[in-house]
Amino acid sequence: MSRAIRVVLPTHLRALAHVGSEIDVHAHARLVGNANSDAGKAVTLRDVLDAIEAEYPMLRGTIRDHVTQKRRAFVRFYACERDLSHDSPDNALPERVRSGDEPLLVVGAMAGG
Amino acid sequence: MTGVRVLVGTRKGAFVLTSDGDREQWSVEGPHFPGWEIYHMKASPVDPDRIYASQSSGWFGQIIQRSDDGGTTWTPVGNEFTYDGETGTHMWYDGTPHPWEFKRVWHLEPSLTERDVVYAGVEDAALFKSTDGGMTWRELSGLRKHGTGSQWQPGAGGLCLHTIVLDPANDQRIYIAISAAGAFRTDDGGESWIPINKGLRSAEIPDQDSEVGHCVHRIAMHPSHPERLFMQKHWDVMRSDNAGDQWHEVSGNLPTDFGFPIAVHAHEPETVYVVPITSDSHHFPPEGKLRVYRSRTGGHEWEALTDGLPQSDCYVNVLRDAMAVDQMPSCGVYFGTSGGQVYMSGDSGDHWTAIVRDLPPVMSVEVQTLTNTPARV
Repeated sequence: MSRAIRVVLPTHLRALAHVGSEIDVHAHARLVGNANSDAGKAVTLRDVLDAIEAEYPMLRGTIRDHVTQKRRAFVRFYACERDLSHDSPDNALPERVRSGDEPLLVVGAMAGG
Repeated sequence: MTGVRVLVGTRKGAFVLTSDGDREQWSVEGPHFPGWEIYHMKASPVDPDRIYASQSSGWFGQIIQRSDDGGTTWTPVGNEFTYDGETGTHMWYDGTPHPWEFKRVWHLEPSLTERDVVYAGVEDAALFKSTDGGMTWRELSGLRKHGTGSQWQPGAGGLCLHTIVLDPANDQRIYIAISAAGAFRTDDGGESWIPINKGLRSAEIPDQDSEVGHCVHRIAMHPSHPERLFMQKHWDVMRSDNAGDQWHEVSGNLPTDFGFPIAVHAHEPETVYVVPITSDSHHFPPEGKLRVYRSRTGGHEWEALTDGLPQSDCYVNVLRDAMAVDQMPSCGVYFGTSGGQVYMSGDSGDHWTAIVRDLPPVMSVEVQTLTNTPARV
């Protein structure tokens, strides 16, 4: 399943990718949850980041590490007025992000004055 | 030779300064990549329109940009710098083992002979090579895996490989320098390395004869005498006449022998330039006077060059990659400061003028001497 997810990138990454304030990416949903319980397919943060990096290869390594895929320390993920930065990247994104009603915000953390 | 292009990396973007052969009227283009730190930019000697830039950010990591039209347009190329195999540990500031972690690219050195070959010196210290114009990078891990790697300790700026000098007479010979591990040389294209630090003396380490641990700031070479090297160390200006096998001090009458950059005149292999800085805690020139010192005797005897440079109330620094020379018949010398000025002299340092005065803090200056007048002049 592929559906458009709205993503807002920070200014520096918009310039790097030559895009506007918001992009649509088509993320491939994967199985989430415990296979013994209510497993199902839903788009995760990892799916969205995979899709961003596939469509905009110049952004590889700028949001998460090339190898470990750990979020860069000064990057945050917000959606629906929640900080998703410390959640597992394999959790399903909020339903309103998956439906396209709300964007996923990739944010450069406040630092540097 | 009809034109000059100066590549300036700053804390907040890249600038390209161009002039015709007179070097009197300059155009300033930039900032490219505004808001990003540009540690270094350098062009290919094989294809002068091919320029590489190291673009980095504490937020978004490392980007390598490449221009194939002389700096007008840029394309991000490969930015995956993955250490080869087990990374092990180096020594942390407090003397404890610390894992190797990639942070940024300090220096890019395009091949003297192959258009698509370029080297990158990175923090934590390692040397990478690309053979496809920067699209992919492979570590020359014989350096990092040298038996002394676990003893390498970062300088104040980090454990950075900041200097790469290619031997124009021997394509298998490369010199590099790491703060604060010292200088190393390969004679087999980067597969194996030897430390070349004999004769260096560093009060900051307990064993003066240690083969590593010296804080080398910069090495310069004249291409006509590739076995003769000049070094600005943390303290001391040094010289080697045997490809780094042995060094001796040539600080002579300098007012202070602390500093960062060192450069050799384009046409006079014994003419050397340094910018003395008061000390490692006072990163500004002595007496508030910005003075380039020139030796025309390969060291020992130095003269202050001051005409056109501020001689009062000046407290800027000049970083290790922020000085370069052009190849014009009357050699041009250029340097950038932490105050955002880029100064140039068209007469080997006798007289100076500022090309620009108010850029962000300058991190690197490289100069290209072009056979065609740059289009933007």
